[in-house]
Amino acid sequence: MTTLTSAPRTISVTAPPARFRDLLSAEWIKTRSLRSTPWTIALTLLFVIGSSAVATLADKAAPSGPADFRPYDAYPPAGYWTLILVAGSMGALAVVSEYSSGLIRTTTVAVPARGSIVLAKAVVTATLWTVVGATASTGSFLVSQAVLGGHHAGFPITHPGVFRALVASALLAPVCALVGLGLGVLLRHAAGTMVTSVFALVMLPPMFSETSRWSADIKHALVSAAWNRLIQTWEPEPGSLAHTATVPGSWTVYTLWPLITVALAVLVVKHRDV
Amino acid sequence: MGAVIEVSELSKRYGSKMAVDHLSFTVRPGQVTGFLGPNGAGKSTTLRMILGLDAPTTGSATVSGVPFHRHPRGLRHVGALLDAGQVHGGRSAAAHLSALARSNGIPRRRVGEVLHEVGLAEAANRRIGGFSLGMKQRLGIATALLGDPPVLMFDEPINGMDPEGVLWVRRLFRRLAAEGRTVFLSSHLMSEMENTADQLVVIGRGRLIAAESVRDFAARGTRSSVVVGTPQVAELAAVLTAAGASVEPEGSAGVERLAVAGLPADLIGALAFDNGIQLSELTTRTASLETAFMELTAESTEYQAGQPR
Repeated sequence: MTTLTSAPRTISVTAPPARFRDLLSAEWIKTRSLRSTPWTIALTLLFVIGSSAVATLADKAAPSGPADFRPYDAYPPAGYWTLILVAGSMGALAVVSEYSSGLIRTTTVAVPARGSIVLAKAVVTATLWTVVGATASTGSFLVSQAVLGGHHAGFPITHPGVFRALVASALLAPVCALVGLGLGVLLRHAAGTMVTSVFALVMLPPMFSETSRWSADIKHALVSAAWNRLIQTWEPEPGSLAHTATVPGSWTVYTLWPLITVALAVLVVKHRDV
Repeated sequence: MGAVIEVSELSKRYGSKMAVDHLSFTVRPGQVTGFLGPNGAGKSTTLRMILGLDAPTTGSATVSGVPFHRHPRGLRHVGALLDAGQVHGGRSAAAHLSALARSNGIPRRRVGEVLHEVGLAEAANRRIGGFSLGMKQRLGIATALLGDPPVLMFDEPINGMDPEGVLWVRRLFRRLAAEGRTVFLSSHLMSEMENTADQLVVIGRGRLIAAESVRDFAARGTRSSVVVGTPQVAELAAVLTAAGASVEPEGSAGVERLAVAGLPADLIGALAFDNGIQLSELTTRTASLETAFMELTAESTEYQAGQPR
């Protein structure tokens, strides 16, 4: 029993400074250590880019029609609504999976600064989905170009609105992933978060038409409607009866949705029991 | 001065129910302190409040004088195993620990070290989802040890462990305390504490029942009694009652015995001898820790089986 009676060694707490960069690395380890991450991303890219090829191939009018409408085929709703769904769900899962398993408590004991955890998750999620979105959007553009090029109907990236459409489609993924993440922190419940994010991102915009002012205003404040406006390479007809969203307004919608949901999440997480 | 857990007038209210009710106690370094109470007594809620996961309704809890949630990073200050299930089943043990280590700026080699220490080196790259409860408990202990902290808290760490695991974990707790750390260990089983803990904090229905050494706790629970066997029951009972003892008949006809409280065995023997009473048995019955615990917490048990409504 000599070991028990020996003088207790003094345990010194010499912690290195708390760096946000370490939290980013930790969250990145968590993301890439799940087998589902690469699979989901690969299948999503395949589907989104494939849908662009199909849409362009099927559009018989494109080669002969007005040049302004041609870039639109690169970003078909079927492919990009899927991207919205997947990005939104994966963003939500990044936090909801921690709440449902209780891992969030282990995480919070390791990092009592709860707001920093949410921010680190948001930065990693946004970065990952910006890369995925950029790959999808560039792939869609190139595939669509290749098909149209076969008909000598290609157009350059410098064509008005074409680059904007590419950027807006690339950013659609991180915008939705962050909205999903913010909602995930606020609701914590897997099914509840999924339904809410799908409803807000996909189901809500078709409910509102552009024929009356108030209805159009609501529609234009929603993410997928904003994306729709940003990928239109043509300007609205001046005599049209429909109310059309503005381009700066649509960029604002793109910025505010993730900003508000993540800010609310950071705020709420500080004042709630884990 | 080592790291002390100080709980002061701590309360937590859920709706109309007081889960923890003005609880105050101190947990000191260099020893294993057991945190005992029946199911639903408020042990886990108290641990969560010490760790800053739940905000107390009133009162405070500090570790080394600081509320734990003030630390930007926690693993070097307190290591905790709250629930072995608080992991993501899709990750490997190594990935789980690597992420936690990275978040606290702990060198990567610690992951291998703690996995080796808890006997999971072989399973490092297996998905946690396939682990048994005992293995998850070991992983939880590895998580607690990751930051080499001066304070360690474990909530029911022995659940699901095989006998070899139980022995290992007891030795580990003793060693951690001998190294000068503060080890705080919750359980609803007294028997777990008998061989592990030095000090006890006992609670029931969120209130403090006792905070003292294991020895003191066992001593004050049941009044120790002496069992006496004799063919002359009536005479002996009269003599002992006259000497100030309280006497309860025990046993059956033919092998009659008395349970005597308030007199030590040697005095009972002397009284019997002086009065010419023959004794067939004279045994001191010491209270076990388990009985002491049961008696003290009997009124504060949250859920009881077989009680007619």
